[in-house]
Amino acid sequence: MPEAAHAQPSWVLLAYLISGICFILALRGLSSPESSRRGNWTGMLGMAIAIGTTLAVHEIASLPEIVGAMAIGGGIGLVTARKIQMTAMPQLVAAFHSLVGMAAVLVGAAAYLNPEAFGIAARITPTFGPSIVSILPVSRVEMGLGVAIGAITFSGSVIAFLKLNGNMSGKPILLPLRHLINLGTLAAILALIAYFTTDQSHWVFFTIAGLSFVIGFLLIIPIGGADMPVVISMLNSYSGWAAAAMGFTLHNSAMIITGALVGSSGAILSYIMCKAMNRSFISVIAGGFGGDAVAGGAAAAIDRPYKRGSAEDAAFLMSQADQVIIVPGYGMAVSQAQHALREMADLLKKEGVRVKYAIHPVAGRMPGHMNVLLAEANVPYDEVFELEDINSEFAQTDVAFVIGANDVTNPAAKTHKSSPIYGMPVLDVEKARTVLFVKRSMGGVGYAGVDNELFYRDNTMMLLADAKKMVEEIVKNLG
Amino acid sequence: MDFISILSIFVLACFVGYYVVWSVTPALHTPLMSVTNAISSVIVVGALIAAAAAGSPSSKWLGLVAVALASVNIFGGFAVTQRMLSMYKKRERKDA
Repeated sequence: MPEAAHAQPSWVLLAYLISGICFILALRGLSSPESSRRGNWTGMLGMAIAIGTTLAVHEIASLPEIVGAMAIGGGIGLVTARKIQMTAMPQLVAAFHSLVGMAAVLVGAAAYLNPEAFGIAARITPTFGPSIVSILPVSRVEMGLGVAIGAITFSGSVIAFLKLNGNMSGKPILLPLRHLINLGTLAAILALIAYFTTDQSHWVFFTIAGLSFVIGFLLIIPIGGADMPVVISMLNSYSGWAAAAMGFTLHNSAMIITGALVGSSGAILSYIMCKAMNRSFISVIAGGFGGDAVAGGAAAAIDRPYKRGSAEDAAFLMSQADQVIIVPGYGMAVSQAQHALREMADLLKKEGVRVKYAIHPVAGRMPGHMNVLLAEANVPYDEVFELEDINSEFAQTDVAFVIGANDVTNPAAKTHKSSPIYGMPVLDVEKARTVLFVKRSMGGVGYAGVDNELFYRDNTMMLLADAKKMVEEIVKNLG
Repeated sequence: MDFISILSIFVLACFVGYYVVWSVTPALHTPLMSVTNAISSVIVVGALIAAAAAGSPSSKWLGLVAVALASVNIFGGFAVTQRMLSMYKKRERKDA
């Protein structure tokens, strides 16, 4: 009776269920900033329950080693969490995803090597010869899937990390025949998982793992910088499915609930990001969109006339305004301008100007990136608005102050059917009486590699400088 | 637990996840990613079983490495989420 191996006392099942519920509540808390902190504590409680229960029901042959491993890992985690700059959150999240992926692969391998410890094997004793440990066929499929998804998460996240961290160019790397290679590898992995049910030899298991590492790598290298917010959400989803598959293998409800939560969370975020760029998920996966912010298409329309302004002009215009809407983008993060920006907003508020912030869903390199940076600079979150909540206000706004954003303000997305960003929802900044556009130089284009006609409009004034320096200059002129 | 009850838990949890995540405010999408990261490290449960079991030394060491990796995520993930969430503040009321 092989299923009996799974039998756990009912209090254990209950404890894992409670831990799963804690995780649901942790995510539920994120519906508003006030409840979110309590939610996070609930999440920690859930994790403590899961770990405590596991340690309590298993005979521990190696407690000092386990405590040591947790101390080392936990120490690294805590130090990183404390030191990391908020602008580097996308890289950090990618790195964390890779760890979940790797952990899933290692747990899968451990379960493969010692299936009896996990209660997923039957010992068959033939009349003659030594007894054989046979892993249950269902468990083999679950294990194979878990290891494959984990490996894809790992190598994909490593590439995403290298791209986000700037160790690797954000330019898509397009191999010839890549779709064929990718589909072939995926088919091979699935075929091997099916074969694994009949043959549990080492080569099958390790080939599944090896091919999955390769496919994770191949899937992410062709995806360009512009699609990074989707990639990072997608990998988030994968890390969840990996945990869920491992939960199936171990018959652990905490892991299954968590895996399902994380998997759907990542999938929904990917969907939101795709919609915000008007791109289909398939075309993102196929890759090839967008390179480095500075590279590519730089020569476009360099000779068109535009108005250039100084920090003094900007300070004057904004201090005379009734309402200023600030539109931050990735450029603000790069030059760490958020603190100077808050100072500028404070000075404007003293002059009686209403200041609001407008955030496009794909501003930055990950969902919600801009909101965190503004929160870090002590911008109250009730001054920060999402695209659909503020877009109608630009028409009644005196100054739109665009800092480090580009594609998300491009009116071509509404008018030019031939533009690669056509159909993408954009912020209607051009409807404001004056647009102040902070940009390093006229040469560069945004991530999507298209020119922005906003630069050449009559009501646009270009402020050409590093974002942080420009804002600091404006602050001086306001003070 | 048999396969069908596990599958039921999984499918229902997917639905719960769907509704819960849509209710998350977009302003908190970055903390959402970091906290989902932390909780998906519940995979540490599997790592602990492997690390604790006697019998296969290689399995034990794989388990220990997995415990360390998952711990980075658990402690790092929750801590960085807490750090971010503590930064979100409301406008100070002048009349208060």
